Amino acid sequence: MRGSRSEQREHGTGPGPGPFRGMQMGMPVQKAKDFQGTLKRLLAYLKPHRIQLLVVCAAAIISTLFSIVSPKILGQATTIIFEGILAKRSGLPDAATDFARIGQILLLLTGLYLLSALFGYLQQFIMAGVAQKTVYDMRNDVNSKLARLPLKFFDCKSHGDILSRVTNDMDNIGTTLQQSLTQLITAVITLAGIVVMMLTISGWMTLIAFVTLPAALLVTVKVAKRSQKYFAAQQKELGEMNGHVEEMFGGHLIVKAFGREDKSIARFAQVNNRLYDAGWRAQFISGMIMPLLSFITNFGYVLICVVGAIFVTRGRIPIGDVQAFIQYARQFTHPIVQTANIANIIQSTVASAERVFELLDETEEVRDREDARVLRNPKGEVTFENVTFGYSSAVTVIDNMNIKVKTGQTIAIVGPTGAGKTTLVNLLMRFYEVNGGKITVDGVDIRDFERGGLRGLFGMVLQDTWLFNGTIRDNIAYGRASASEAEVVRAAEAARADHFIRTLPDGYATMLNEEASNISQGQKQLLTIARTVLADPAILILDEATSNVDTRTELLIQKAMAALMKGRTNFVIAHRLSTIRNADLILVMNEGRVIEKGTHTQLLAMDGFYADLYRSQFSVLLPYSEAG
Amino acid sequence: MLKLFRYLKSYRLVVAVTLGLVLLQTLAELYLPTLMAEIVDKGIVNGDIGLILQTGGRMLLVAAGGMVSMIVASYLSARTAVGFGRDLRSHVFSRVESFSLNEFNQIGTASLITRTTNDITQVQTVLLMIIRMAAMAPLMCIGGVIMAVSKDPRLSLLLVVVIPVLGVTIGVIAVKGIPLFKEMQVKLDKINLVVREALTGIRVIRAFNRTEQEKQRFMEANYNFTDTAIRVNRIMAALMPVLMLVMNLTTISIVWFGGIRIDSGHMQVGDMMAFIQYAMQIMFSLIIFSMMFIMIPRASASAMRINELLDTVAEIKDPAVAVNPDQEKGLIEFRDVTFSYPGAERPAVSNISFFAGPGEVTAFIGGTGSGKSTLMNLIPRFYDVDSGAILIDSIDVRQMKQESLRAKIGYVPQKIALFSGSISENIRYGKEEAGEAAVVLAAAIAQADEFITAMQDGYAAIIAQGGANISGGQKQRLAIARALIRKPEIYIFDDSFSSLDFKTEARLRAALREDTTRSTVLIVAQRVSTVMHADRIIVMEEGKIAGTGTHKELLERCTVYQEIVASQFSEEEIA
Repeated sequence: MRGSRSEQREHGTGPGPGPFRGMQMGMPVQKAKDFQGTLKRLLAYLKPHRIQLLVVCAAAIISTLFSIVSPKILGQATTIIFEGILAKRSGLPDAATDFARIGQILLLLTGLYLLSALFGYLQQFIMAGVAQKTVYDMRNDVNSKLARLPLKFFDCKSHGDILSRVTNDMDNIGTTLQQSLTQLITAVITLAGIVVMMLTISGWMTLIAFVTLPAALLVTVKVAKRSQKYFAAQQKELGEMNGHVEEMFGGHLIVKAFGREDKSIARFAQVNNRLYDAGWRAQFISGMIMPLLSFITNFGYVLICVVGAIFVTRGRIPIGDVQAFIQYARQFTHPIVQTANIANIIQSTVASAERVFELLDETEEVRDREDARVLRNPKGEVTFENVTFGYSSAVTVIDNMNIKVKTGQTIAIVGPTGAGKTTLVNLLMRFYEVNGGKITVDGVDIRDFERGGLRGLFGMVLQDTWLFNGTIRDNIAYGRASASEAEVVRAAEAARADHFIRTLPDGYATMLNEEASNISQGQKQLLTIARTVLADPAILILDEATSNVDTRTELLIQKAMAALMKGRTNFVIAHRLSTIRNADLILVMNEGRVIEKGTHTQLLAMDGFYADLYRSQFSVLLPYSEAG
Repeated sequence: MLKLFRYLKSYRLVVAVTLGLVLLQTLAELYLPTLMAEIVDKGIVNGDIGLILQTGGRMLLVAAGGMVSMIVASYLSARTAVGFGRDLRSHVFSRVESFSLNEFNQIGTASLITRTTNDITQVQTVLLMIIRMAAMAPLMCIGGVIMAVSKDPRLSLLLVVVIPVLGVTIGVIAVKGIPLFKEMQVKLDKINLVVREALTGIRVIRAFNRTEQEKQRFMEANYNFTDTAIRVNRIMAALMPVLMLVMNLTTISIVWFGGIRIDSGHMQVGDMMAFIQYAMQIMFSLIIFSMMFIMIPRASASAMRINELLDTVAEIKDPAVAVNPDQEKGLIEFRDVTFSYPGAERPAVSNISFFAGPGEVTAFIGGTGSGKSTLMNLIPRFYDVDSGAILIDSIDVRQMKQESLRAKIGYVPQKIALFSGSISENIRYGKEEAGEAAVVLAAAIAQADEFITAMQDGYAAIIAQGGANISGGQKQRLAIARALIRKPEIYIFDDSFSSLDFKTEARLRAALREDTTRSTVLIVAQRVSTVMHADRIIVMEEGKIAGTGTHKELLERCTVYQEIVASQFSEEEIA
């Protein structure tokens, strides 16, 4: 419950595609632990596309260069016009504006602009392919990696966290590759180009323009630093508020039942006010950056206008150059701010990449042996020889266990808590490796089997059913994709599921929705039984739990299970006394550990935990059974 | 979205002042090129350095003025937008707290959370942008046009050509791009779905050797997404280059036509230079404006969800004149009660009548969906009955104040919710003023004292959100202690023993019996062993009472009960 909700939150606030990334200046960014190493690995993913990337770089450079040269050329046209009228005013006889020359200049400019636009488009166009394909490869790598990771990994990590790495972090990387990389190239070249162009116009004026540079940097850094404190506070309060809302809404029934609505609202108001305080300060201070920067830009603009004007009157530079210079100066602060912004984005991207690589570096399952075996006609004999196992080295769950199970026998697992059954599944199917001793099937150590072959020997019908978003037919045929329609129906009939399936509007073609909430819990169990019938395994692991299923369906499930169990080796998480009594061996588990084993009579004679349990659970009924 | 802005009412004046300041700043920004034109046309042409310096000084003042008004505007807008968010949030939260379970089920808890948190943040962010930027864009555009026309009306005709061209370009790209953006989101959700299924079903997938097929499924989803993403980005790739091209060609045209007009003496060079800058400002404002159009739909979806919530009114209200029961006993009577969930075809429970008195244990048993929990939810008035009545000490629950009704009840729900905080705080949630001794006593009866004292911090041990750090059985026992500490007239245990092992449950029931001798106790259970000792067992099937009596009586004459017992114990045990 909690997991799914926090998942939602993680997805709701992802950066997502769109033009507005990085607009909020001063937001704190997540930093990578090993920036360089991660960056190198990320770049390695770009390697296959290096030719395209070279083209992108070249296109970016050409496009930017053209757009940088243009104001200077445009200035020449202005100069010619200006000189023309100055000449006219001073009354020279053949004074005329040289429109032919202006025309030439403007045509040249049109060409340059067209080319600049073309290369700009080309650069983005190619980058779209490179960025998305890179992320495509990474996403596939991560997914394949997930398939090779041991179950232990999934049991320790929250699903929300893994999911977030496969989607949010990937998305972040994709958007950065798409937008920020070329932006960075362009910004740097623009900056350098502008400086060069400014210098060719006037060294003194460039110096003036440079005066504004440290001021701009200082303002950005200082203000951003101050706002970061408030953004952090805002983030903290937001977290607290989300926590409170989640709790109160999740426990709404309790809040109402105990009449605590007013208390809850009062607490909300407290956090809300603190959030407001931090929030408006963060917004205000980060909102100051833009006006301050634009004032600095304007300050430089005015200085250039004045100094430029004086230079023109003194005849040191032509007027068109002043116009060009103004254009350059106005563009000047933009790439600086942009670079600072991109630096932040790249940091957060590398942090994302690091999280993805962390996942890629997780230790994988031990590979199958070269000469791994496959059983042709399994009998289903299982032995545990001196098996010792624990999830952590500190706690031993199974201590030196020896059991021998023959074909057709039933082992009942009994105990108050459910941790035992997962352990059993984990070990038999080799989701986890034993710490000591060995488990054999038909006399062969399960570590000598091919994993796929080993798991194919088992069938699981557990209480927490898992079905996927697809048709009922596909879900039943999950165990054997090659099964024919008739075989699927026969399996459903054997599982007593055929009847309810046929009452559904689309029958076997009914789509199960995402949570499979369009059929009941009991019906889901019938489907998993049908799935197992079709797979026809030699060994069964069953869960006999009764909760959440109505009585009628419960009876159906019992009948279907009994039919399924015939002729196979069965491990049953038992709740019914009859199953327990008739079992060939009972494993008594408590708090996840096997504490007693034996037959019903043996265990009662031991007068231990099992005897105690048996009496507290069933004693009340005994008078009836004895009377009958 | 506009509907939500009614919450801006108290900020009306501030918003007006802010917009005024933004206007000032825009004017300052527009005035600068005019002053520059003066420097060129008067200062440079006449070689008047004094005038140049003087005008330069004026420009600095104007720029400084612009900055000051923008900073003040930023301050005001931050307080307005964030304040608006705060107000809206507290409205929404209070509203949700007033909801009954009906409204909760309708909208869904997860969605309610998103609406109260993310959606409001989204709207707040957009409001801030609207006040700061979107207001500036039209002002800048109109101001720019006015200035341009005042400089040279004929040259302004150029703008008449360029502005529609720009508009159409942005429009075409938006029309092509936006549906693809949506498609991309759908395909991203598909990737999410496949991964989530693979994570939750990992044991099954591996057991059935379906890893390869799952990989195929993922790759397909991934490929589909990538394909769309590339198409979107390739379309968007055209946006900036085309916009820049239009702007640059405009500049070239201005220089060409401006040159002609200057040559013929209709215009001055400084004016032309200023004109170029106006044109740039107009076009930038258009681009900003168009970006707002991408931003607003996202926020308006959020706004719609918030509005929907604010328009929902809690169905269950306190009566105008509440009756306070003068006697406190806890006698419950269901009088021909029928209730259906909204939108359901059949009633969840129908024609239910029974008494449950103080000092008695009344138990309910039946399959899922038989209506047991529904009955329990009707007593504290989480829902209202459709017909019939529920009376407590002969007073209809609808005539009481919800608060005084619920104060009578110690409720232990099916789905346990604990809150982050210490164990002691959680137990005290039932009765805030309870002392430490009462907390320990309640815990002891609930069989929780043992595991609590075994914890490192005992009663001060902190429970994580949702009680993630303790087991299901421990949670149930804490929830029981929380109800016990109230010493209420009525106890409701809605399937509250399911996570306990048999031994603990037996001990707990024994302890409860001693402590609740004067209260009315209602127990809902799935296990026969839990209910068989009750004074009265009510067997539910498909929303109706299928039988009432003691274990022995029911075993003899109630078929449904016999079936239930049979499903839990084998023939030989009951025979």
